[in-house]
Amino acid sequence: MIGGAPDLSVEVGPLKLKNPVLAASGTFGYGLEFSELVDLRVLGGVVVKGLSLQPRAGNPPPRIVETPCGMLNAIGLANIGLEMFLKEKLPALRKLDTTVIVNIYGHTIEEYALLAAALKGVEGVSAIEVNVSCPNVKSGGLAFGTDPDATAMVTEEVLKRTDKPVVVKLSPNVTDIRSIASAAERAGAHALSLINTLTGMAIDIETRKPKLANISGGLSGPAIRPVALYMVYQVVRCVRIPVIGIGGIMDHRDALQYLLAGAKAVQVGTANFVHPQATVEIIEGLKRYCTENRVSSIQEIIGALETG
Amino acid sequence: MGLDLIDRDAEILFNREVARDTFLMGLQAPQIAAQARPGQFVMVRVRAGMDPLLRRPFSICGTTEGENILILYRVVGTGTSLMSGIGEGNRLAVLGPLGRGFEMPGEDRTSLLVAGGMGVAPLIFLSQEMEPSLRTFMAGYGTAADIVPVEQIAHDPMGLLIATDDGSFGHKGPVTDLLEIQLTGMDGQLPTVFTCGPPAMLKRIASLAAQRGFPCQASLESNMACGLGACLGCAVRSASGREGTYDLVCRDGPVFPIQSVDWGSL
Repeated sequence: MIGGAPDLSVEVGPLKLKNPVLAASGTFGYGLEFSELVDLRVLGGVVVKGLSLQPRAGNPPPRIVETPCGMLNAIGLANIGLEMFLKEKLPALRKLDTTVIVNIYGHTIEEYALLAAALKGVEGVSAIEVNVSCPNVKSGGLAFGTDPDATAMVTEEVLKRTDKPVVVKLSPNVTDIRSIASAAERAGAHALSLINTLTGMAIDIETRKPKLANISGGLSGPAIRPVALYMVYQVVRCVRIPVIGIGGIMDHRDALQYLLAGAKAVQVGTANFVHPQATVEIIEGLKRYCTENRVSSIQEIIGALETG
Repeated sequence: MGLDLIDRDAEILFNREVARDTFLMGLQAPQIAAQARPGQFVMVRVRAGMDPLLRRPFSICGTTEGENILILYRVVGTGTSLMSGIGEGNRLAVLGPLGRGFEMPGEDRTSLLVAGGMGVAPLIFLSQEMEPSLRTFMAGYGTAADIVPVEQIAHDPMGLLIATDDGSFGHKGPVTDLLEIQLTGMDGQLPTVFTCGPPAMLKRIASLAAQRGFPCQASLESNMACGLGACLGCAVRSASGREGTYDLVCRDGPVFPIQSVDWGSL
């Protein structure tokens, strides 16, 4: 590169992205909520709020509480349901010209399979992210994500019924995330994304009650970044499929840590709440970093960690 | 006119204590001020950095000179405590205007504004958009030291009615007593009631509204992370008849017809 703009494009398995910065599921609505504040075309893509077959109302409030450098949430996968998404949200989202990844969640393996089948061939959906890691619902979700065999079964069933790249989103709430990652890889997943939130709680000492109605919730934000980064580092070294890093990314320096650790792309989550333009500024920051360091393609950064 | 959300650093014009632990902040935010409607709110990042992480929601308490917004807040935690220490000339990230505000009453309709504590904030803004002879503003506090100088903030000698729980100023008892007295004096004519305050007060007003049939709009408060309808953190159970459905305070409110909220859940 001599004087040209750095190339930020990446390939996450079969999924081609114009840059490695995605908005994480559950933090960016269906994309439309941010369209007044963010030019979605600039993003690597948007992972929409987790969809189930039927609409879900979610958990009773309080659903969120702030914690040091982070927040706990127990939304309970409130969503409008796949049918409504396809009918009402996707057409509008398609007009905004961004890469859309649909996050799916089921109570049973059959529900995951039905969701995957319903998305087969749907124009405007570039990939499926399989949520086997939500800590805030009573059945399904994390029950699959903490067991290698169950993770593999869900992954296989989804793959059988879809023509789209399949990303499996992993939970950190396990003894060794590498065993789950390897199970998803063996089942044929095209990529992995990690981490989902870490289970936690907070107590109000005046009322002596949990601060969340659900008692526990998922911790996100910069507080979890070192934990997430190390898990990404570990998983990158034990699988051959691409890894998408998630966890407390607030700026481009945080994103670079994940890329250096070997993540092919990143998802930005809680930062969207704090600063709606976070994703756009991270992309700008990555460009600056590349230019300043004479890096012509972001791919030179991916996995460039030096441990010697 | 299309409405645009604005996320900008706004300069603090003043930040002064107006009652015990209660501050009025003026922010230069012309694009927000130009669009803001009573009942809408802004999300304020009290400082850059990671702790506290989230923005805080504040009702817009008024606009001045068409380009500034007022925020009234009480110091209740880390965020507001930090905020109270920031001097004029500094800048804060402010996102807004957000949410659905109050619907103005029909012309010639009498309005009663009923506030509990910091619930005065959105009602001050609302009162300034109303015909003075058609509105009565009443506010309840724990004790005299908590009384917010509403008339001074609004530059409007509106003849506020005040209640305190301990009787240290005005009527002794809840502000809903004042509301009942007003309603009784109205000879069956139904006013529109606008209210904001603690859940127990709103609940009481909801039951009065159900009994007596006056229309009422309530502004609700909630924890929220984004203010944009994405985090889904600010859910409030709706009384829409469908079992277990929620509205979002940020997107569907913060102002709701009082009968649309399931008060039993709060």
